[in-house]
Amino acid sequence: MHTQLRSLRRQLLAGPYLLWMAGFILLPVVMIFYYAFTTTSGHFTLLNISSIFASIHLKSLFLSLKLALACTAVCLVLSYPLAMVLNHMKTKNQGFIVFIFILPMWMNFMLRILAWKLLLSNNGVINTLLETLGLPGLDVLNTPSAVVFCMVYDFLPFMILPIYNAMSRIQPDIIEAAGDLGAGELTIFFKIIVPLTMPGVISGITMVFVPALTSFAISDLLGGGKVLLIGNVIEQAFMQEYNWNLGSGLSLVLMVFVIASMALVGSKGEEGGAGVW
Amino acid sequence: MKLIQAIPCLFAGLALSGLLAGCGGKDSENTLTILNYGKYLDPKAIELFEEETGIQVDYEEYVTPENMYTKYRAGAIDYDLICTSDYMVEKLIQEGEVLELDYGNIPLSENLDPAYFDFSKSFDPENKYALPYFFGTVGILYNKDMVDESKVNSWEILWDKTYSGQIIMADSVRDSFMVALKILGYSLNTTDKEKLEEAQDMLIRQKPLVYSYLVDEAQDEMISENAAMAVVYSGEAGYALEFNDKLAFSVPEEGSNMWIDSWFIPKSAAHKEHAEKFLNFLCREDISMMNFDYVYYATPNQKTKESLDLELQENTTIFPPNGVLENCEVLKPLDDEDTMELNLLWKEIKAAD
Repeated sequence: MHTQLRSLRRQLLAGPYLLWMAGFILLPVVMIFYYAFTTTSGHFTLLNISSIFASIHLKSLFLSLKLALACTAVCLVLSYPLAMVLNHMKTKNQGFIVFIFILPMWMNFMLRILAWKLLLSNNGVINTLLETLGLPGLDVLNTPSAVVFCMVYDFLPFMILPIYNAMSRIQPDIIEAAGDLGAGELTIFFKIIVPLTMPGVISGITMVFVPALTSFAISDLLGGGKVLLIGNVIEQAFMQEYNWNLGSGLSLVLMVFVIASMALVGSKGEEGGAGVW
Repeated sequence: MKLIQAIPCLFAGLALSGLLAGCGGKDSENTLTILNYGKYLDPKAIELFEEETGIQVDYEEYVTPENMYTKYRAGAIDYDLICTSDYMVEKLIQEGEVLELDYGNIPLSENLDPAYFDFSKSFDPENKYALPYFFGTVGILYNKDMVDESKVNSWEILWDKTYSGQIIMADSVRDSFMVALKILGYSLNTTDKEKLEEAQDMLIRQKPLVYSYLVDEAQDEMISENAAMAVVYSGEAGYALEFNDKLAFSVPEEGSNMWIDSWFIPKSAAHKEHAEKFLNFLCREDISMMNFDYVYYATPNQKTKESLDLELQENTTIFPPNGVLENCEVLKPLDDEDTMELNLLWKEIKAAD
């Protein structure tokens, strides 16, 4: 009786969130499903889904996958050693460095992208600086490289924090014990540190890969309209072509990719325990 | 399935009824409800009209013609007078949503240059429905220090390899295709598949030279000299020129798109006479001047133009010279199938390497 009451109370507490979820997550998804499987006149069709096989759509999907993978790889390569360095510092300094990493996130990410646009533009701060130093100018704005660069810049904290968290949870005793039993530095790294930080790496990868795959604002602003990602195709279908059905169909396909990548990564992260930060 | 469609309508309905509630409670006989682009009419002119006639004006604004169409079609508010762009006026005329103007009630329409009524004929063949308000063109905004000025009289300069990485193209389907179609000597309203594909080939060839595809930001990039030239609307060019002396504007000789924003009275109008009174008021020299100062686009009002400083009258960025307009065309609405076709061609350009 008592426990029943308590669980009821707990359910009530979840009420506001459930309402939010129904109105702003469930309902839109249902509508996307509806639009994805109908024509503009409301008849059933599979054409919106199968249009992903149109050559331009496939091309932009592959470009999105390529850039998202590149971004994730760069983030991982930057974050892992950094997390190790962080972990070896004094606890007081650790907090400060982590704070520095979170600091840029206090500012809206669109503003930060716009700032990069100004910095990288032909007459921007960086090129002016290079010029005064007598160096050749940088021609990176409005290319896929600029898009990847800014994705890395925006999503890096989402990789660092979970890895750092997983690493700081490793008991020093374990490493000490391994050393006592004759394991070398390399063995300790590959046999203990890497497996124990795997859950952090996994959640880092998901949290970077998924937003990178679906992003369209970064490529719009830093790609100068020349880098067409699948997110841009969807945005155009909704905003410019008034073809909500096509936009919804492609969104569904993209959702499948997102869920598949999360499932793939998640199945490997199960056993580790220490999950998201 | 009906329910799913009903939900967004419900929300829209709720929002609109809120708006309506705000408008209600007034004497509905002596009112005039106007729908216009944002910042496209001096608020002082409305006050003056209310003082002079005692008619209460409800004034509303919108952003894009498509926006306006949705607002009008929602039917929650009975608009008496609407201002929008050529192709959207034509769409509404085709749908039978526009009432004929009674020019007997708009005697001051004589102040307007007949040349612009002729241009309006492309979307309103007998000049029965639309009264011109402001107009302009699309052209090349360029930096005099970076560009050879003898060559900006042709769109071909946008394909010149010397300016690789310094060209800004319009990030809009119709405007970009217009440029290529005009070079090829075709109409910008062509729906001929072969001609459009020819234009597409040209635009794909141009892509490696393009710095970026932009619409609204183009003027900012030009002001900060990040590019040598950009395809922009004349109104935006006029704005950019005020911020950077090195900039200049040219409408190439092959011709371009000429746009005309016009007033029309929709079928929903409950106060047609008030609307015509207001149109007459807009054509009056002092009011037209007030609006010109506020908007700074080319006015079709001959009287107003003649009373401007000579320097302004000769400002070819604001007022396209007559020779320029000869080869210009007004955009016509495309049907759904042609729109889809063109969008696909455009997407292929955007995805090209």
